[in-house]
Amino acid sequence: MALQSLDIIRRSATTLPEPEIRSGTGDVTVAKLIDTTKCIGCKACQVACMEWNDLRDEIGTNVGAYQNPPDLSASSWTLMRFAEVENTKGDLEWLIRKDGCMHCQDPGCLKACPAPGAIVQYANGIVDFHEENCIGCGYCIAGCPFDIPRISKKDHKAYKCTLCSDRVAVGLEPACIKACPTGALVFGTKEDMKLHAADRIEDLKSRGFENAGLYDPAGVSGTHVMYVLHHADTPHIYNGLPGKPHISNTVQLWKGITKPLALAAMALAALTGFFHYIRVGPNETDEGDEARAADEMAKTLNSPEKRP
Amino acid sequence: MTDLTRRQFLKITGATLAGSSLALLGFSASVAIAEVREFKLSRTTETRNTCPYCAVACGIVMYSLGDGSKNAKASIIHIEGDPDHPVNRGTLCPKGAGLLDFVHSPSRLLRPEYRAPGSDKWQPISWDDALGRIAKLMKEDRDANFVAKTPTGLTVNRWLTTAMLAASASSNEVGYLTHKVMRSFGVLAFDNQARV
Amino acid sequence: MTNHWVDIKNADVVLVMGGNAAEAHPCGFKWVTEAKAHNKARLIVVDPRFTRTASVADVYAPIRTGTDIVFLGGVVNYLLTNDKIQHEYVNNYTDLTFIVREDFSFTNGLYSGYNADTRSYQRATWDYELGGDGFAKTDPSLAHPRCVYQLMKQHYARYTPEMVARVCGTPQDKFLQICEMMASTATPTRAMTIMYALGWTQHSVGSQMIRTGAMVQLLLGNIGVAGGGMNALRGHSNIQGLTDLGLMSDLLPGYLNLPGEKMQTYKDFLASHNFKPLRPNQLSYWQNYDKFFISLMKAWWGDAATADNDWGYEYLPKLDKLYDMLQFFELMNQGQVHGFICQGFNPLAAAPNKAKLNLSLAKLKFLVVMDPLATETSEFWHNFGEHNDVDPSKIQTEVFRLPTNCFAEENGSLTNSSRWLQWHWKGAEPPGDARSDLQIMGEIFTRMRAMYRTDGGAFPDPIVNLSWPYANPNSPSPEELAREYSGKALKDLADPKDPTKVTRKAGEQLAGFAELRNDGSTASGCWIFCGAWGPTGNLMARRDNSDPTGIGQTLNWAFSWPANRRVLYNRASCDPSGKPFNPSRKLISWNGTAWAGADVPDFKADEDPTHGMGPFIMNAEGVARFFSRMFMTDGPFPEHYEPMETPLASNPLSPGDPRTLNNPAARVFDDDRKAFGKPDQFPHAATTYRLTEHFHYWTKHVRLNAIIQPEQFVEIGDALGKELGIASGDRVKVSSNRGYIDAVAVVTKRLRALQVDGKTLHHVGIPIHWGFKGLAKPGFIANTLTPFVGDANTQTPEFKSFLVKVEKL
Repeated sequence: MALQSLDIIRRSATTLPEPEIRSGTGDVTVAKLIDTTKCIGCKACQVACMEWNDLRDEIGTNVGAYQNPPDLSASSWTLMRFAEVENTKGDLEWLIRKDGCMHCQDPGCLKACPAPGAIVQYANGIVDFHEENCIGCGYCIAGCPFDIPRISKKDHKAYKCTLCSDRVAVGLEPACIKACPTGALVFGTKEDMKLHAADRIEDLKSRGFENAGLYDPAGVSGTHVMYVLHHADTPHIYNGLPGKPHISNTVQLWKGITKPLALAAMALAALTGFFHYIRVGPNETDEGDEARAADEMAKTLNSPEKRP
Repeated sequence: MTDLTRRQFLKITGATLAGSSLALLGFSASVAIAEVREFKLSRTTETRNTCPYCAVACGIVMYSLGDGSKNAKASIIHIEGDPDHPVNRGTLCPKGAGLLDFVHSPSRLLRPEYRAPGSDKWQPISWDDALGRIAKLMKEDRDANFVAKTPTGLTVNRWLTTAMLAASASSNEVGYLTHKVMRSFGVLAFDNQARV
Repeated sequence: MTNHWVDIKNADVVLVMGGNAAEAHPCGFKWVTEAKAHNKARLIVVDPRFTRTASVADVYAPIRTGTDIVFLGGVVNYLLTNDKIQHEYVNNYTDLTFIVREDFSFTNGLYSGYNADTRSYQRATWDYELGGDGFAKTDPSLAHPRCVYQLMKQHYARYTPEMVARVCGTPQDKFLQICEMMASTATPTRAMTIMYALGWTQHSVGSQMIRTGAMVQLLLGNIGVAGGGMNALRGHSNIQGLTDLGLMSDLLPGYLNLPGEKMQTYKDFLASHNFKPLRPNQLSYWQNYDKFFISLMKAWWGDAATADNDWGYEYLPKLDKLYDMLQFFELMNQGQVHGFICQGFNPLAAAPNKAKLNLSLAKLKFLVVMDPLATETSEFWHNFGEHNDVDPSKIQTEVFRLPTNCFAEENGSLTNSSRWLQWHWKGAEPPGDARSDLQIMGEIFTRMRAMYRTDGGAFPDPIVNLSWPYANPNSPSPEELAREYSGKALKDLADPKDPTKVTRKAGEQLAGFAELRNDGSTASGCWIFCGAWGPTGNLMARRDNSDPTGIGQTLNWAFSWPANRRVLYNRASCDPSGKPFNPSRKLISWNGTAWAGADVPDFKADEDPTHGMGPFIMNAEGVARFFSRMFMTDGPFPEHYEPMETPLASNPLSPGDPRTLNNPAARVFDDDRKAFGKPDQFPHAATTYRLTEHFHYWTKHVRLNAIIQPEQFVEIGDALGKELGIASGDRVKVSSNRGYIDAVAVVTKRLRALQVDGKTLHHVGIPIHWGFKGLAKPGFIANTLTPFVGDANTQTPEFKSFLVKVEKL
């Protein structure tokens, strides 16, 4: 069993093969199951996440909704999203979904990441960010089919849920799982989670939710965070959960061919930046800079598309 | 974001590149040694307590710095649910999960304060002066307003001009002592937060 | 709670009404999700708002705030009309067969004995007809026109599904669907639990709402059984304990009464607490009242409480009326209260009508606040702009603010809503110079005592004679106090059956209240807690969570009052012969010689069931009461009255009589009556409530909670939003006749417009958690809006139903 494993099976921007010999115990992985049908949207998971990970997001404002903070951020790695939906019988359903990293088996973030070792995947399925190696380029955001990672304004590094890899490594469940008051969050081997979900789906069907089902999308080869949905036929009604998530073709292409080219360009940019820093000190970017950078990138990658 | 057009991808990646080029200096500075964050509770001291908020009374475990030895000053660094507790079984709600920030709230009161009549600010006062003054004010009020008998001659031994509201989050021991003391003074205007 | 949190997993149907358990008690609510997942339970939610609890319910029905008696009265009517009652249970374990006095009457909303001038009832007629033997008369055939069954049937015949729809605004089909689901538990093998909280208590008819719920449960045979019960969720961590300990104007510890002034001697007092059985062979356990009372007096006054001085009876202050919180703020406002001590309580935020509270506090000579946090009350004199617009120079109150430790920094016990006393341990020292409440109360007492000893003063006796045996008189320890309220033998106690045997040596802790005596040989500061710290030690600190039967009965976890019993009235889980109604969820049973099982029997342990002792052993009848006799101030059957501020002009249940529009027996002070608003100016029904992200006014001081719910808001329905041109995120002003708040609007489908008495009515939802102190965004105190009036029985403020007007800012 490799449930607490720190063995790395994949590492961003690294071509050296990972050690593989320890996989002899079998490829058992972990998973978090989010049962939206038991979730009451209490946000205990949000608080437990911040508390355990020593994060404190800003005290913001109310924007006319229960959802708070208003979006995921470098300090909010998970977030309850609320949707009020009237069903076909005319009854209201308040669909509440805990959003956060899905820990894809085929992680788009890792594939897109140009910084060696900034994103790793452990043998137990956890996809972890190692911020000390992060260069803040944001490619992981582009690579993520679920729009999860966020770049910190404080240190320009990317952050997201680690599935409490520090807890799992010592044999504990993640902080959100432990806190969840109603058992909407459960954690265990992926196989056990699928069995648990099957029980839940049977119960839901007995209550009239004919389309109850498990969300474990094949487009990313399955995920280590799965949902039980009352309406698995329409995941988008859960505040835009993608129906068929997959890694963007561009990222796939980038991973295969253009990444080495871009890495060279980035090294150049870094060097330029370094000289700039030496000469005039730290600089703040403005929109013009960013537009120029985009332009630069387009040229570097020799895009066949015409710029608007 | 089910799919990404090539243009969107370039826009995101390019835009952030400009902001991050300095960070790239670290690009080749280290060889990645992938390691999870250090587990932070290994040698902390565990103390069992009860969540002070609602009456579900979830069991909690408080983790504090130090092993209890004489020269270590305990400070609570983390709180989570007690897995042995029959009701919460380790779970906590968003309030219980945030208890650490209650213990260390910047609103915690640290020393006695006094506000003089007509004043618009607090001033410090010692415990001795505060308690001495409070006891004196209470005795003066009790002696001046105690009702031993009603005009019709009933013995009633009551003191109605000082009132007390007790918490409903303080312990049984505090509640018991408070009740014993206040009734010995003859206070009737006495209530707790059972209703609100 | 009659039952306990984990027991909810045994329910087949769960009704959450007058509460929002998922929001306010998420970790207890887990046992509802467990019942759903593993017991195929169905969850019903009835609430003016589609709540977080409703989000996981099988059925949700909306209801107009303040009309729950109509809904539940409608359920009673449905159950009686359709004969969906558990006959064996109600015939044997309730007063359905009892015959009521001939002079009792009920006419168009008023019971016999009403006095409109005093707004109260003379309640003598609200009783049973007694026979020559002194016992109540009964008719087992239920045919007698004045038996409780017939009276109740007649009373609730008016509560038709049409009336429910008209008054509550609940669609009839939803109401009937819910009736049917509830009725499914009338069979002995199915149970329903009712979970309620402040959504029932905080009305001018709150106590009667709860009674109506209890009546539904009795009809269905759901009291005393696993998975059943009437379960008050309770707000604060020790609201149960502080009430058990009698911290109210009219109580002593253990639900003993503080004497009224007419009871001049202990003999008078005891005579007024006569619990002579009303039926043959009933236990009527309150007959032991004097043992409990004398043991309390010995705990408080020790050797100074003797048989000769009536155990110190004159040391106790005597009541002329209730001095509940509303009453003494009224007196404070009249300038009659000079000193005020707030211990861990923030009334400026928590009590109704903030403007009145500001005026009242400013009339004090001195205010003492003990708290771990900087509360609004402690700074009522400080100008915080619109949120607290006062002029400090005009306020002459001296204020002391004393820092106290928090939960993490003390040892002690708290009593949860399951009645479990659980011990907790200190993990760190309090910050700065903060001290424990025990030390503060201890020092106030020893300083007062020293002055009375040396200088004398008004009636020093109860102060200088108070038993104060603590090792450090200035700071009694939690352990010393726990042993004291639990109780000990003061002399060697002899076995009543064999006087040569000593059952308990002088100085030993007692194992339970059965050992208490009325001769001064025992001391116990709170009889219902007796045994919590017994001869074997502190049972509150027990941590064995084993559950041998698997139905959630962890008898060796902590201590549950009374007598470590987990489900009250558990004798009623068995049929009259002593066999469990539901063998798969067996609590106790009769084994031929004794009662035993998975719980401590709530019954005489060796009482043969054939002798007919009833399961409700605290009642003189031995059975549960549908007809509450004279024990409620506002009527023996619950009757619907409108909230004090109502959108209706007439009560549809008793039309045409202005006296019965609102609760005719509720106490209303003149200035507060003048401050009530009318629907022409304030057309929307408002209700206040808590959010799961926050706890009262504490967690706005807690960064993690301020992050997840940072700023004050109010909720309005889509329809009202459209009518007033308000979108989510807009700022709105909400006013009542007592003041206004402004806040962000959350416009939602979850608050729908209701059709009430032929008109469209909108609700406005007002979460309470903001104020002018703390880390969250400063806001208005929600109780600026609420009316200063309480329930007729408990004086719990009517926070859940009042009238407001909403405007876009």
